[in-house]
Amino acid sequence: MPRAVAGPEIERLIQLIARLPGLGPRSARRVALHLIKKREALMAPLAAAMTDALGKIVECRRCGNVDVCDPCTICTDTSRDRRTLVVVADVGDLWALERAGVLNAPYHVLGGVLSPLDGVGPEDLNLAKLVTRVHEDEVGEVILALGATVDGQTTAHYITDLLREAHVRVTRLAQGVPVGGELDYLDEGTLSAAIRARTQM
Amino acid sequence: MEWTDEGIVLGVRRHGEGNAIVELLTRLRGRHLGMVRGGASRRQAPLLQPGNTVSATWRARLDEHMGNYALEPAVVRTEVLMRAPHAAFGFTHMAQMLHLLPERDPHEGLFLTLGAILDAFEDRESAGRLLARFELALLAELGFGLELETCAATGSRENLVYVSPKSGRAVCGEAGAPYADRLFALPRFLVEGTAPPAGDVEDALRLTGHFLLTRVLEPRGLGLSDARAAFVSAWRRSTAPV
Repeated sequence: MPRAVAGPEIERLIQLIARLPGLGPRSARRVALHLIKKREALMAPLAAAMTDALGKIVECRRCGNVDVCDPCTICTDTSRDRRTLVVVADVGDLWALERAGVLNAPYHVLGGVLSPLDGVGPEDLNLAKLVTRVHEDEVGEVILALGATVDGQTTAHYITDLLREAHVRVTRLAQGVPVGGELDYLDEGTLSAAIRARTQM
Repeated sequence: MEWTDEGIVLGVRRHGEGNAIVELLTRLRGRHLGMVRGGASRRQAPLLQPGNTVSATWRARLDEHMGNYALEPAVVRTEVLMRAPHAAFGFTHMAQMLHLLPERDPHEGLFLTLGAILDAFEDRESAGRLLARFELALLAELGFGLELETCAATGSRENLVYVSPKSGRAVCGEAGAPYADRLFALPRFLVEGTAPPAGDVEDALRLTGHFLLTRVLEPRGLGLSDARAAFVSAWRRSTAPV
């Protein structure tokens, strides 16, 4: 057990920073030291921003996104195509799709994917609201933007079953060779999916 | 400690930021967990998908440690499991059932059965028959095997058409006729290994479902999984006349 080099407040700060993704104890010390050195320019605004965000962040009751208002900014954006609904597993996936800027539709965040061995069943996901939204909003197409994993696609099949009665077009993202991917380095599963999903030139 | 064995990936849990804890059904050592360093990386993700068969080398200082796995792909089945709903639901159900096995208890028969089923699972028509066979094998491995070779009442090996819901033993047509409404139908393919009509597969799934529920799941406070119901529904759709 290394000896503490600073008071309990600073040690606690380091311990909390070390719990952030991508940071271990050493990098947490570096981050803490950087914040301490820039107390006025960085630490104070960061603390204020975090306090402010903590008090205001809410989960959108409509789609499951996180924002400072409910319904969220995306749900209230009238320029989005309401006939399409994009289903994602997590808020991180929503942000990734928004970054790409290829869709102009509202989202529905499930809060994970089915994983029975981890104890995640249908009742743990935001599925009931999805079915309600599809019926109430007269959605024409549901895009299942879920990960290309067995759990992700099992969830996609489950949702397809749930929406069978809604008579809505259900699509999923294509799977295959990533941009910049060389065939030599691809795994057999990806190659197999890419060959099956080949398109005519 | 070190050994190398074949294993089928049942599940993967992220451990910390870069590692993963992988649960395998190994051929000689049963359900066995181990950590894969860098298992949460993008490079390892295609290999560490449920349903794949891998060659696993396990190392640990002591036998009771969780230990580390070094894995190499042997059979990659991800594409089929992701594409076919009945295969995805069927595998999920089988993995859940295999989770009931005690850790590190060898079940080579189940390993071979699961591998053979996964290799043929793409064929929708045979998927129902294969799942029923898996459930029969699982019941037997858990000590609740059904006796479908001789009649429980007369000892006869002929005309076995029913199964008792209480004893799990076959009953012949003559002895079972007065109680037919309370007995399960015994699908011929479970005894003879012939290709069954869809109705027989329905009977087989009803039979194995009943014994899984009453003998294995209910005593543990569990019920038949959503994945099994979803499999049956997907399989029915695929075999329904157009």
